[in-house]
Amino acid sequence: MITLEGVRKAYGARIVLDGVSLALEPGRISALVGPNGSGKTTLIKCVLGLARADAGRLLLDGRPADDAGQYRARIGYAPQAPHFPANLAVGEVFAMLRALRPGAEIDESLLEAFALRAEWETPVGTLSGGWRQKVSLAAAWLFRPNVYILDEPTAGLDPIAAGLLKHALRSARNEGRTVLITSHILSELEELADDVAFLTDGHLRFAGPVAALLAETGTRRLEPAIASLLRGLRVESGGRK
Amino acid sequence: MTPLTLVLRAGVRDLTRNRWLIAYGIGLAGIAELLFVFGGAGQQVVLSLLNATLLLVPLVALVFGTMHVYASREFIELLLTQPLPRVAVFSGLYLGLTLPLVAAFLLGVGVPLLLHGTASQAPLASLLALALSGAFLTAAFAALAMTIALGTDDHLKGMSVALGAWFLLTIGYDGGVLAIVSLFGDWPLERPLLALMLGNPVDLARVLVLTGLDSAALLGYTGALFRRLFDGALGPAIAIAGLACWTALPVFLARSRFLRRDF
Repeated sequence: MITLEGVRKAYGARIVLDGVSLALEPGRISALVGPNGSGKTTLIKCVLGLARADAGRLLLDGRPADDAGQYRARIGYAPQAPHFPANLAVGEVFAMLRALRPGAEIDESLLEAFALRAEWETPVGTLSGGWRQKVSLAAAWLFRPNVYILDEPTAGLDPIAAGLLKHALRSARNEGRTVLITSHILSELEELADDVAFLTDGHLRFAGPVAALLAETGTRRLEPAIASLLRGLRVESGGRK
Repeated sequence: MTPLTLVLRAGVRDLTRNRWLIAYGIGLAGIAELLFVFGGAGQQVVLSLLNATLLLVPLVALVFGTMHVYASREFIELLLTQPLPRVAVFSGLYLGLTLPLVAAFLLGVGVPLLLHGTASQAPLASLLALALSGAFLTAAFAALAMTIALGTDDHLKGMSVALGAWFLLTIGYDGGVLAIVSLFGDWPLERPLLALMLGNPVDLARVLVLTGLDSAALLGYTGALFRRLFDGALGPAIAIAGLACWTALPVFLARSRFLRRDF
Protein backbone atom coordinates (compact mmCIF):
# COMPACT_ATOMS: atom_id res chain seq x y z
CA MET A 1 0.00 0.00 0.00
CA ILE A 2 1.23 3.49 -0.84
CA THR A 3 0.10 6.46 1.22
CA LEU A 4 0.84 10.07 0.41
CA GLU A 5 0.04 12.67 3.06
CA GLY A 6 0.08 16.32 2.03
CA VAL A 7 2.88 15.87 -0.47
CA ARG A 8 4.13 19.14 -1.90
CA LYS A 9 6.73 19.60 -4.58
CA ALA A 10 7.85 22.74 -6.38
CA TYR A 11 10.48 23.31 -9.05
CA GLY A 12 11.55 26.86 -8.38
CA ALA A 13 8.44 29.02 -8.22
CA ARG A 14 6.32 26.42 -10.04
CA ILE A 15 4.31 24.27 -7.66
CA VAL A 16 3.88 20.86 -9.25
CA LEU A 17 2.24 19.00 -6.38
CA ASP A 18 0.28 20.98 -3.84
CA GLY A 19 -0.59 19.02 -0.73
CA VAL A 20 -1.54 15.76 -2.43
CA SER A 21 -2.95 13.10 -0.11
CA LEU A 22 -3.73 9.74 -1.62
CA ALA A 23 -3.93 6.10 -0.56
CA LEU A 24 -3.29 3.33 -3.09
CA GLU A 25 -4.77 0.12 -1.79
CA PRO A 26 -3.30 -3.36 -2.22
CA GLY A 27 -5.20 -5.73 -4.47
CA ARG A 28 -6.40 -2.85 -6.64
CA ILE A 29 -5.27 -1.29 -9.86
CA SER A 30 -5.19 2.48 -9.50
CA ALA A 31 -5.07 4.77 -12.51
CA LEU A 32 -3.40 8.15 -12.23
CA VAL A 33 -4.85 10.48 -14.84
CA GLY A 34 -4.60 14.14 -15.67
CA PRO A 35 -3.65 16.45 -18.50
CA ASN A 36 -0.03 17.00 -19.55
CA GLY A 37 1.89 18.85 -16.87
CA SER A 38 -0.63 17.98 -14.16
CA GLY A 39 2.03 16.46 -11.90
CA LYS A 40 1.56 12.72 -12.61
CA THR A 41 5.19 11.99 -13.39
CA THR A 42 6.40 14.11 -10.46
CA LEU A 43 4.09 12.21 -8.12
CA ILE A 44 5.50 8.91 -9.40
CA LYS A 45 9.05 10.21 -9.06
CA CYS A 46 8.38 11.26 -5.47
CA VAL A 47 7.11 7.76 -4.67
CA LEU A 48 10.20 6.25 -6.27
CA GLY A 49 12.60 8.61 -4.50
CA LEU A 50 13.81 10.07 -7.80
CA ALA A 51 12.49 13.44 -6.66
CA ARG A 52 12.27 14.56 -3.06
CA ALA A 53 9.03 16.06 -1.79
CA ASP A 54 9.39 19.49 -0.19
CA ALA A 55 6.74 18.68 2.39
CA GLY A 56 4.41 15.86 3.38
CA ARG A 57 4.89 12.18 4.11
CA LEU A 58 5.14 9.13 1.94
CA LEU A 59 4.53 5.70 3.40
CA LEU A 60 4.98 2.31 1.82
CA ASP A 61 3.11 -0.46 3.61
CA GLY A 62 2.86 1.87 6.60
CA ARG A 63 6.59 2.56 6.79
CA PRO A 64 8.10 5.91 5.80
CA ALA A 65 9.94 5.92 2.51
CA ASP A 66 13.37 7.24 3.39
CA ASP A 67 16.55 8.19 1.60
CA ALA A 68 18.28 4.89 2.40
CA GLY A 69 16.23 3.47 -0.45
CA GLN A 70 15.68 -0.04 0.87
CA TYR A 71 11.92 0.48 0.52
CA ARG A 72 12.45 0.54 -3.24
CA ALA A 73 13.16 -3.19 -3.11
CA ARG A 74 9.38 -3.58 -2.87
CA ILE A 75 8.68 -1.50 -5.97
CA GLY A 76 8.80 -2.51 -9.63
CA TYR A 77 8.92 0.47 -11.97
CA ALA A 78 8.62 0.81 -15.72
CA PRO A 79 9.23 4.33 -17.05
CA GLN A 80 7.45 5.99 -19.95
CA ALA A 81 10.47 5.95 -22.27
CA PRO A 82 12.87 3.22 -21.18
CA HIS A 83 16.51 3.38 -22.24
CA PHE A 84 19.33 1.08 -21.27
CA PRO A 85 23.06 1.26 -22.10
CA ALA A 86 22.91 0.86 -25.87
CA ASN A 87 25.77 -1.63 -26.19
CA LEU A 88 24.66 -4.02 -23.45
CA ALA A 89 22.87 -7.15 -24.60
CA VAL A 90 19.39 -7.84 -23.20
CA GLY A 91 20.79 -10.76 -21.20
CA GLU A 92 23.48 -8.53 -19.70
CA VAL A 93 20.88 -6.01 -18.51
CA PHE A 94 18.95 -8.74 -16.70
CA ALA A 95 22.14 -10.28 -15.32
CA MET A 96 23.15 -6.91 -13.90
CA LEU A 97 19.72 -6.31 -12.36
CA ARG A 98 19.71 -9.75 -10.77
CA ALA A 99 23.21 -9.23 -9.40
CA LEU A 100 22.12 -5.94 -7.86
CA ARG A 101 19.63 -7.80 -5.67
CA PRO A 102 21.24 -11.08 -4.71
CA GLY A 103 18.92 -13.49 -2.98
CA ALA A 104 15.75 -11.74 -4.17
CA GLU A 105 12.81 -13.85 -5.28
CA ILE A 106 12.76 -13.90 -9.07
CA ASP A 107 9.67 -13.71 -11.28
CA GLU A 108 10.45 -14.33 -14.93
CA SER A 109 6.82 -14.74 -15.97
CA LEU A 110 6.69 -11.57 -18.07
CA LEU A 111 10.20 -12.18 -19.42
CA GLU A 112 9.03 -15.58 -20.66
CA ALA A 113 5.65 -14.28 -21.86
CA PHE A 114 7.36 -11.64 -24.00
CA ALA A 115 9.83 -14.28 -25.29
CA LEU A 116 12.73 -12.01 -24.43
CA ARG A 117 15.23 -14.86 -24.43
CA ALA A 118 15.02 -14.80 -28.22
CA GLU A 119 16.68 -11.39 -28.03
CA TRP A 120 19.06 -12.32 -25.20
CA GLU A 121 22.23 -11.54 -27.17
CA THR A 122 20.83 -8.46 -28.94
CA PRO A 123 22.29 -5.08 -27.95
CA VAL A 124 19.53 -3.02 -26.36
CA GLY A 125 20.40 -0.04 -28.57
CA THR A 126 19.31 -1.96 -31.67
CA LEU A 127 15.90 -2.89 -30.25
CA SER A 128 12.72 -1.10 -31.36
CA GLY A 129 10.80 1.02 -28.86
CA GLY A 130 8.29 -1.78 -28.34
CA TRP A 131 10.98 -4.32 -27.49
CA ARG A 132 12.68 -1.88 -25.13
CA GLN A 133 9.32 -1.43 -23.43
CA LYS A 134 9.07 -5.22 -23.04
CA VAL A 135 12.56 -5.31 -21.49
CA SER A 136 11.56 -2.52 -19.11
CA LEU A 137 8.30 -4.20 -18.07
CA ALA A 138 9.96 -7.59 -17.58
CA ALA A 139 12.58 -5.84 -15.43
CA ALA A 140 9.81 -4.25 -13.34
CA TRP A 141 8.33 -7.72 -12.80
CA LEU A 142 11.64 -9.42 -12.11
CA PHE A 143 11.74 -9.20 -8.32
CA ARG A 144 8.08 -9.95 -7.59
CA PRO A 145 7.50 -6.55 -5.99
CA ASN A 146 4.57 -5.62 -3.74
CA VAL A 147 4.00 -2.45 -5.71
CA TYR A 148 4.03 -1.93 -9.47
CA ILE A 149 4.36 1.59 -10.83
CA LEU A 150 3.97 1.74 -14.59
CA ASP A 151 4.13 4.97 -16.59
CA GLU A 152 2.30 4.56 -19.92
CA PRO A 153 3.04 0.82 -19.90
CA THR A 154 1.38 -0.09 -23.19
CA ALA A 155 3.08 2.66 -25.21
CA GLY A 156 4.74 1.00 -28.20
CA LEU A 157 3.50 -2.50 -27.37
CA ASP A 158 1.86 -4.61 -30.04
CA PRO A 159 -1.70 -5.86 -29.25
CA ILE A 160 -0.45 -9.32 -28.23
CA ALA A 161 2.13 -7.92 -25.81
CA ALA A 162 -0.42 -5.41 -24.48
CA GLY A 163 -2.81 -8.30 -23.83
CA LEU A 164 -0.10 -10.24 -22.00
CA LEU A 165 0.67 -7.20 -19.87
CA LYS A 166 -2.99 -6.71 -18.97
CA HIS A 167 -3.18 -10.35 -17.94
CA ALA A 168 -0.07 -9.92 -15.77
CA LEU A 169 -1.56 -6.80 -14.20
CA ARG A 170 -4.77 -8.60 -13.30
CA SER A 171 -2.75 -11.47 -11.82
CA ALA A 172 -0.77 -9.01 -9.71
CA ARG A 173 -4.01 -7.47 -8.48
CA ASN A 174 -5.46 -10.86 -7.66
CA GLU A 175 -2.32 -11.68 -5.65
CA GLY A 176 -3.01 -8.60 -3.51
CA ARG A 177 -0.32 -6.34 -4.94
CA THR A 178 -0.65 -2.59 -5.39
CA VAL A 179 -0.65 -1.36 -8.97
CA LEU A 180 -0.41 2.26 -10.10
CA ILE A 181 -0.55 3.01 -13.81
CA THR A 182 -0.72 6.15 -15.88
CA SER A 183 -1.97 6.22 -19.43
CA HIS A 184 -3.46 8.67 -21.87
CA ILE A 185 -5.55 5.85 -23.32
CA LEU A 186 -8.55 6.12 -21.04
CA SER A 187 -10.36 3.17 -22.60
CA GLU A 188 -7.44 1.02 -21.52
CA LEU A 189 -7.60 2.32 -17.97
CA GLU A 190 -11.32 1.77 -17.93
CA GLU A 191 -10.69 -1.85 -18.80
CA LEU A 192 -8.13 -2.33 -16.03
CA ALA A 193 -8.54 0.17 -13.24
CA ASP A 194 -10.50 -0.27 -10.04
CA ASP A 195 -9.68 3.18 -8.71
CA VAL A 196 -8.85 6.47 -10.33
CA ALA A 197 -6.94 9.49 -9.10
CA PHE A 198 -7.38 12.65 -11.15
CA LEU A 199 -4.72 15.32 -10.90
CA THR A 200 -4.64 18.80 -12.42
CA ASP A 201 -2.27 21.67 -11.69
CA GLY A 202 -0.76 19.72 -8.82
CA HIS A 203 -4.08 19.27 -7.02
CA LEU A 204 -5.85 15.98 -6.56
CA ARG A 205 -9.39 16.62 -7.82
CA PHE A 206 -10.79 13.14 -7.40
CA ALA A 207 -9.64 9.90 -5.82
CA GLY A 208 -11.83 6.84 -5.48
CA PRO A 209 -13.37 3.90 -7.29
CA VAL A 210 -14.04 4.29 -11.00
CA ALA A 211 -17.70 3.49 -10.35
CA ALA A 212 -17.94 6.42 -7.91
CA LEU A 213 -16.48 8.79 -10.48
CA LEU A 214 -18.95 7.62 -13.11
CA ALA A 215 -21.81 8.09 -10.66
CA GLU A 216 -20.61 11.52 -9.62
CA THR A 217 -20.34 12.76 -13.19
CA GLY A 218 -23.43 10.95 -14.43
CA THR A 219 -21.55 9.22 -17.21
CA ARG A 220 -20.99 5.61 -18.17
CA ARG A 221 -17.46 5.86 -19.53
CA LEU A 222 -14.20 7.11 -18.05
CA GLU A 223 -13.38 9.47 -20.89
CA PRO A 224 -16.52 11.63 -20.62
CA ALA A 225 -16.23 11.45 -16.83
CA ILE A 226 -12.74 12.95 -16.92
CA ALA A 227 -13.88 15.49 -19.52
CA SER A 228 -16.75 16.42 -17.23
CA LEU A 229 -14.34 16.98 -14.32
CA LEU A 230 -12.12 19.14 -16.52
CA ARG A 231 -15.09 21.19 -17.75
CA GLY A 232 -16.22 21.69 -14.17
CA LEU A 233 -12.80 22.98 -13.23
CA ARG A 234 -12.80 25.41 -16.15
CA VAL A 235 -16.23 26.73 -15.12
CA GLU A 236 -15.01 27.08 -11.51
CA SER A 237 -11.98 29.06 -12.61
CA GLY A 238 -14.07 31.23 -14.94
CA GLY A 239 -12.27 30.06 -18.03
CA ARG A 240 -8.86 30.95 -16.61
CA LYS A 241 -6.22 28.33 -16.97
CA MET B 1 30.14 -7.93 -6.10
CA THR B 2 29.14 -4.57 -4.66
CA PRO B 3 26.55 -2.32 -6.33
CA LEU B 4 29.36 0.07 -7.26
CA THR B 5 31.32 -2.61 -9.12
CA LEU B 6 28.17 -3.87 -10.84
CA VAL B 7 27.27 -0.40 -12.13
CA LEU B 8 30.92 0.16 -13.06
CA ARG B 9 31.08 -3.14 -14.92
CA ALA B 10 27.93 -2.31 -16.89
CA GLY B 11 29.39 1.09 -17.81
CA VAL B 12 32.73 -0.40 -18.87
CA ARG B 13 31.02 -3.11 -20.94
CA ASP B 14 28.83 -0.54 -22.63
CA LEU B 15 31.54 2.00 -23.42
CA THR B 16 34.25 -0.42 -24.51
CA ARG B 17 31.84 -1.34 -27.33
CA ASN B 18 31.02 2.30 -28.07
CA ARG B 19 32.10 3.19 -31.61
CA TRP B 20 32.96 6.79 -30.70
CA LEU B 21 35.28 5.65 -27.93
CA ILE B 22 36.91 3.12 -30.24
CA ALA B 23 37.30 5.89 -32.85
CA TYR B 24 38.94 8.08 -30.18
CA GLY B 25 41.54 5.42 -29.39
CA ILE B 26 42.22 4.72 -33.06
CA GLY B 27 42.38 8.47 -33.76
CA LEU B 28 45.02 8.98 -31.07
CA ALA B 29 47.00 6.03 -32.45
CA GLY B 30 46.71 7.56 -35.92
CA ILE B 31 48.04 10.89 -34.70
CA ALA B 32 50.99 9.17 -33.00
CA GLU B 33 51.70 7.16 -36.13
CA LEU B 34 51.62 10.29 -38.28
CA LEU B 35 54.07 11.98 -35.94
CA PHE B 36 56.52 9.11 -36.42
CA VAL B 37 55.99 9.04 -40.19
CA PHE B 38 56.63 12.76 -40.57
CA GLY B 39 60.06 12.84 -39.08
CA GLY B 40 59.70 12.48 -35.39
CA ALA B 41 61.44 10.25 -32.92
CA GLY B 42 61.74 9.84 -29.18
CA GLN B 43 61.48 13.10 -27.31
CA GLN B 44 60.04 15.02 -30.29
CA VAL B 45 57.12 12.63 -30.60
CA VAL B 46 56.46 12.84 -26.86
CA LEU B 47 56.37 16.63 -27.11
CA SER B 48 54.03 16.58 -30.10
CA LEU B 49 51.82 14.00 -28.42
CA LEU B 50 51.75 16.18 -25.32
CA ASN B 51 50.34 19.06 -27.36
CA ALA B 52 47.73 16.77 -28.90
CA THR B 53 46.91 15.36 -25.46
CA LEU B 54 46.47 18.80 -23.89
CA LEU B 55 43.95 19.80 -26.56
CA LEU B 56 42.17 16.55 -27.39
CA VAL B 57 41.84 14.76 -24.05
CA PRO B 58 39.92 17.56 -22.29
CA LEU B 59 37.76 18.09 -25.38
CA VAL B 60 36.84 14.43 -25.76
CA ALA B 61 36.29 13.91 -22.03
CA LEU B 62 34.03 16.97 -21.82
CA VAL B 63 31.98 16.40 -24.98
CA PHE B 64 31.76 12.61 -24.71
CA GLY B 65 31.13 12.77 -20.96
CA THR B 66 28.36 15.35 -21.25
CA MET B 67 26.65 13.43 -24.07
CA HIS B 68 27.04 10.16 -22.18
CA VAL B 69 25.37 11.50 -19.04
CA TYR B 70 22.46 12.89 -21.07
CA ALA B 71 22.09 9.61 -22.97
CA SER B 72 22.20 7.65 -19.69
CA ARG B 73 19.47 9.66 -18.00
CA GLU B 74 16.82 6.90 -18.11
CA PHE B 75 19.37 4.26 -17.12
CA ILE B 76 20.37 6.40 -14.14
CA GLU B 77 16.69 6.61 -13.19
CA LEU B 78 16.38 2.85 -13.48
CA LEU B 79 19.39 2.39 -11.18
CA LEU B 80 18.03 4.90 -8.70
CA THR B 81 14.76 3.01 -8.47
CA GLN B 82 16.71 -0.02 -7.26
CA PRO B 83 17.42 -0.33 -3.54
CA LEU B 84 20.92 1.11 -3.93
CA PRO B 85 22.64 4.02 -2.21
CA ARG B 86 22.89 7.02 -4.54
CA VAL B 87 26.59 7.37 -3.80
CA ALA B 88 27.27 3.84 -5.13
CA VAL B 89 25.33 4.62 -8.31
CA PHE B 90 27.30 7.85 -8.79
CA SER B 91 30.68 6.22 -8.18
CA GLY B 92 29.86 3.36 -10.56
CA LEU B 93 28.69 5.76 -13.26
CA TYR B 94 31.72 8.04 -12.90
CA LEU B 95 34.25 5.24 -12.96
CA GLY B 96 32.31 3.49 -15.72
CA LEU B 97 32.75 6.63 -17.84
CA THR B 98 36.32 7.50 -16.84
CA LEU B 99 38.06 4.13 -16.97
CA PRO B 100 37.15 3.33 -20.62
CA LEU B 101 38.21 6.86 -21.63
CA VAL B 102 41.55 6.46 -19.82
CA ALA B 103 42.03 3.02 -21.38
CA ALA B 104 41.34 4.42 -24.87
CA PHE B 105 43.90 7.16 -24.26
CA LEU B 106 46.58 4.82 -22.90
CA LEU B 107 46.11 2.31 -25.71
CA GLY B 108 45.86 4.96 -28.41
CA VAL B 109 49.02 6.74 -27.34
CA GLY B 110 50.89 3.84 -25.77
CA VAL B 111 50.71 1.19 -28.50
CA PRO B 112 52.39 3.29 -31.25
CA LEU B 113 55.06 4.42 -28.79
CA LEU B 114 55.82 0.84 -27.83
CA LEU B 115 55.77 -0.37 -31.43
CA HIS B 116 58.23 2.30 -32.50
CA GLY B 117 60.47 1.69 -29.53
CA THR B 118 60.21 5.26 -28.30
CA ALA B 119 60.45 3.98 -24.78
CA SER B 120 64.14 3.42 -25.36
CA GLN B 121 64.75 6.83 -26.93
CA ALA B 122 62.73 9.13 -24.68
CA PRO B 123 63.18 9.33 -20.92
CA LEU B 124 60.92 6.78 -19.24
CA ALA B 125 59.87 9.44 -16.73
CA SER B 126 58.47 11.62 -19.52
CA LEU B 127 56.47 8.69 -20.93
CA LEU B 128 55.06 7.94 -17.50
CA ALA B 129 54.33 11.64 -17.02
CA LEU B 130 52.51 11.72 -20.38
CA ALA B 131 50.41 8.68 -19.39
CA LEU B 132 49.70 10.17 -15.97
CA SER B 133 48.82 13.59 -17.42
CA GLY B 134 46.38 12.04 -19.89
CA ALA B 135 44.78 9.91 -17.18
CA PHE B 136 44.40 12.84 -14.77
CA LEU B 137 43.07 15.16 -17.46
CA THR B 138 40.53 12.51 -18.49
CA ALA B 139 39.43 11.96 -14.89
CA ALA B 140 39.16 15.69 -14.16
CA PHE B 141 37.32 16.63 -17.34
CA ALA B 142 34.98 13.62 -17.22
CA ALA B 143 33.99 14.74 -13.72
CA LEU B 144 33.56 18.29 -15.00
CA ALA B 145 31.34 16.92 -17.78
CA MET B 146 29.20 15.12 -15.18
CA THR B 147 28.97 18.30 -13.11
CA ILE B 148 27.80 20.23 -16.16
CA ALA B 149 25.32 17.61 -17.39
CA LEU B 150 23.85 17.13 -13.91
CA GLY B 151 23.48 20.91 -13.57
CA THR B 152 21.12 21.45 -16.50
CA ASP B 153 18.56 19.33 -18.34
CA ASP B 154 18.93 21.50 -21.44
CA HIS B 155 21.23 19.46 -23.68
CA LEU B 156 22.19 22.41 -25.86
CA LYS B 157 23.05 24.54 -22.86
CA GLY B 158 25.05 21.68 -21.32
CA MET B 159 27.07 21.14 -24.48
CA SER B 160 27.68 24.87 -24.83
CA VAL B 161 28.95 25.10 -21.26
CA ALA B 162 31.18 22.04 -21.84
CA LEU B 163 32.72 23.55 -24.98
CA GLY B 164 33.09 26.89 -23.22
CA ALA B 165 34.91 25.21 -20.32
CA TRP B 166 37.23 23.47 -22.78
CA PHE B 167 38.01 26.69 -24.61
CA LEU B 168 38.58 28.58 -21.37
CA LEU B 169 40.91 26.02 -19.80
CA THR B 170 42.91 24.98 -22.86
CA ILE B 171 43.17 28.21 -24.85
CA GLY B 172 41.59 31.15 -23.04
CA TYR B 173 43.49 30.63 -19.80
CA ASP B 174 46.92 30.92 -21.43
CA GLY B 175 45.74 34.00 -23.29
CA GLY B 176 44.64 35.52 -20.00
CA VAL B 177 47.99 34.76 -18.37
CA LEU B 178 49.79 36.31 -21.32
CA ALA B 179 47.62 39.41 -21.06
CA ILE B 180 48.42 39.72 -17.34
CA VAL B 181 52.15 39.41 -18.05
CA SER B 182 51.90 42.09 -20.77
CA LEU B 183 49.84 44.50 -18.70
CA PHE B 184 51.62 44.10 -15.38
CA GLY B 185 55.14 43.27 -16.58
CA ASP B 186 56.71 45.78 -14.18
CA TRP B 187 55.22 44.12 -11.14
CA PRO B 188 56.64 41.09 -9.30
CA LEU B 189 54.38 38.51 -10.89
CA GLU B 190 56.28 35.30 -10.19
CA ARG B 191 54.20 33.99 -7.35
CA PRO B 192 50.77 35.13 -8.62
CA LEU B 193 51.54 33.48 -11.96
CA LEU B 194 52.62 30.31 -10.22
CA ALA B 195 49.31 30.30 -8.37
CA LEU B 196 47.52 30.84 -11.69
CA MET B 197 49.33 27.86 -13.17
CA LEU B 198 48.24 25.67 -10.28
CA GLY B 199 44.70 26.82 -11.03
CA ASN B 200 44.61 25.14 -14.42
CA PRO B 201 44.89 21.35 -14.87
CA VAL B 202 46.03 21.72 -18.48
CA ASP B 203 49.03 23.84 -17.43
CA LEU B 204 49.83 21.38 -14.64
CA ALA B 205 49.75 18.47 -17.09
CA ARG B 206 52.06 20.33 -19.45
CA VAL B 207 54.55 21.10 -16.70
CA LEU B 208 54.43 17.53 -15.40
CA VAL B 209 55.57 16.16 -18.76
CA LEU B 210 58.02 18.91 -19.63
CA THR B 211 59.87 18.81 -16.32
CA GLY B 212 60.92 15.29 -17.32
CA LEU B 213 62.27 16.44 -20.68
CA ASP B 214 65.22 18.51 -21.68
CA SER B 215 63.14 21.26 -23.25
CA ALA B 216 63.07 24.20 -20.92
CA ALA B 217 62.21 26.52 -23.80
CA LEU B 218 58.81 24.87 -24.12
CA LEU B 219 57.99 25.29 -20.45
CA GLY B 220 56.99 28.90 -20.94
CA TYR B 221 57.26 31.63 -18.35
CA THR B 222 55.36 29.94 -15.55
CA GLY B 223 56.77 26.51 -16.36
CA ALA B 224 60.35 27.76 -16.16
CA LEU B 225 59.53 29.49 -12.91
CA PHE B 226 57.95 26.29 -11.62
CA ARG B 227 61.08 24.29 -12.46
CA ARG B 228 63.31 26.90 -10.79
CA LEU B 229 61.29 26.96 -7.57
CA PHE B 230 60.56 23.24 -7.35
CA ASP B 231 63.60 21.43 -8.61
CA GLY B 232 64.21 17.68 -8.47
CA ALA B 233 61.34 15.40 -7.60
CA LEU B 234 59.42 18.17 -5.85
CA GLY B 235 58.21 19.71 -9.13
CA PRO B 236 56.51 16.59 -10.52
CA ALA B 237 55.19 15.76 -7.04
CA ILE B 238 53.53 19.17 -6.77
CA ALA B 239 52.18 18.90 -10.33
CA ILE B 240 50.71 15.46 -9.57
CA ALA B 241 49.22 16.73 -6.30
CA GLY B 242 47.73 19.67 -8.20
CA LEU B 243 46.24 17.38 -10.83
CA ALA B 244 44.86 15.12 -8.09
CA CYS B 245 43.17 18.15 -6.50
CA TRP B 246 41.87 19.17 -9.91
CA THR B 247 40.34 15.71 -10.29
CA ALA B 248 38.95 15.57 -6.76
CA LEU B 249 37.25 18.97 -6.97
CA PRO B 250 34.95 18.28 -9.96
CA VAL B 251 34.32 14.75 -8.69
CA PHE B 252 33.17 16.25 -5.41
CA LEU B 253 30.98 18.80 -7.23
CA ALA B 254 29.44 16.16 -9.50
CA ARG B 255 28.85 13.87 -6.52
CA SER B 256 27.15 16.64 -4.56
CA ARG B 257 24.89 17.44 -7.49
CA PHE B 258 24.07 13.79 -8.05
CA LEU B 259 23.18 13.20 -4.41
CA ARG B 260 21.05 16.33 -4.15
CA ARG B 261 19.25 16.61 -7.44
CA ASP B 262 15.84 15.38 -8.56
CA PHE B 263 15.72 13.07 -11.55
